[in-house]
Amino acid sequence: MMNIVTELQKDRFTPRYYVAALTDNMSLPKAQVYEKSLIHGDRETIIENAEFMQIYRSREVGQSYITAIATTLRAILHAMWLIIRIRPQVIFCNGPGTCIPLCASAFLLKVLGLGWSSIFYIESIARVKKLSLSGLLLYKLRMADQFFVQWPQLQQKYPRAQYAGRLM
Amino acid sequence: MGDRERRVVFVTVGTTCFDALVKVVDSEELKQALLQKGYTDLLIQMGRGTYKPSKLSTLQASGNSSLQVEHFTFSPSIADNIREASLVISHAGSGSIFETLRLGKPLIVVVNEDLMDNHQSELAEELAERNHLFCAHPQTLRENVEAMDLNALQPYVPGEAKPVVALINRFLGFPVD
Repeated sequence: MMNIVTELQKDRFTPRYYVAALTDNMSLPKAQVYEKSLIHGDRETIIENAEFMQIYRSREVGQSYITAIATTLRAILHAMWLIIRIRPQVIFCNGPGTCIPLCASAFLLKVLGLGWSSIFYIESIARVKKLSLSGLLLYKLRMADQFFVQWPQLQQKYPRAQYAGRLM
Repeated sequence: MGDRERRVVFVTVGTTCFDALVKVVDSEELKQALLQKGYTDLLIQMGRGTYKPSKLSTLQASGNSSLQVEHFTFSPSIADNIREASLVISHAGSGSIFETLRLGKPLIVVVNEDLMDNHQSELAEELAERNHLFCAHPQTLRENVEAMDLNALQPYVPGEAKPVVALINRFLGFPVD
């Protein structure tokens, strides 16, 4: 994800909200380090253009599928709350199940005419022949406006996906 | 004692537990294979593994040197370890793989068969097919080391996000630089 963010024109995509799973303790610090590095020069014009948030996971690795029903519900409610709060115009997501409740909420608002988010999904580079579950859901349900894969085989298998090379 | 040219083999399992790999790397057969290929040092990053490799190698190659072995669990960045290595043996995590390929080091990726959902092996297999690295299983590692021809490896040209970002900008109606 940071590969994409570093390449984006910051003045076009601002303010930036980074959302990671509650139990993920590596991703947000990476984003924070990057955002900090963008603040430079003129002390008077330091603009806080980034916020960092955490969201409940639908299901932890190894969690039973029975209890996952309740935790998924919680994740969906939390996601709805975040989407309504942030009202993003653009959503970038890259694969963890964390993004599904968020994309679903944004998509629902779109359908209800209550808000518009362009959703861009970038499948993990580790997915060469098969999509991840998140990717499959977003692809089949046509929830993403643009769906990127990083290997040509996947683009052939899923023709509505776009292949624009690898990010790494 | 004097200065000798070090050829370090760096083994990394990232944040995972991959005892099967550490065990096989710790075996005398594998250390022998590495010595035969001219390596002098073995550095093992064991991550969450519970198997502790021995720091001694009683093996001699043609009577003079033996393999120097060191190990540690984690470090904030393994970039320096990779840079100093002549060969990297890694688990199949995409981070480790691309970090090593970006630094232009020969790489053997070992797939962890104990992992439930082994989609990770797809990436290693694809890159092996393109001759950017060698792919192995813990049981076959020694044969891979003995048989590997580093000259057969093709350098990996790193990808970039520009093309994807250009498409995103175009979709949103921004002018594409």
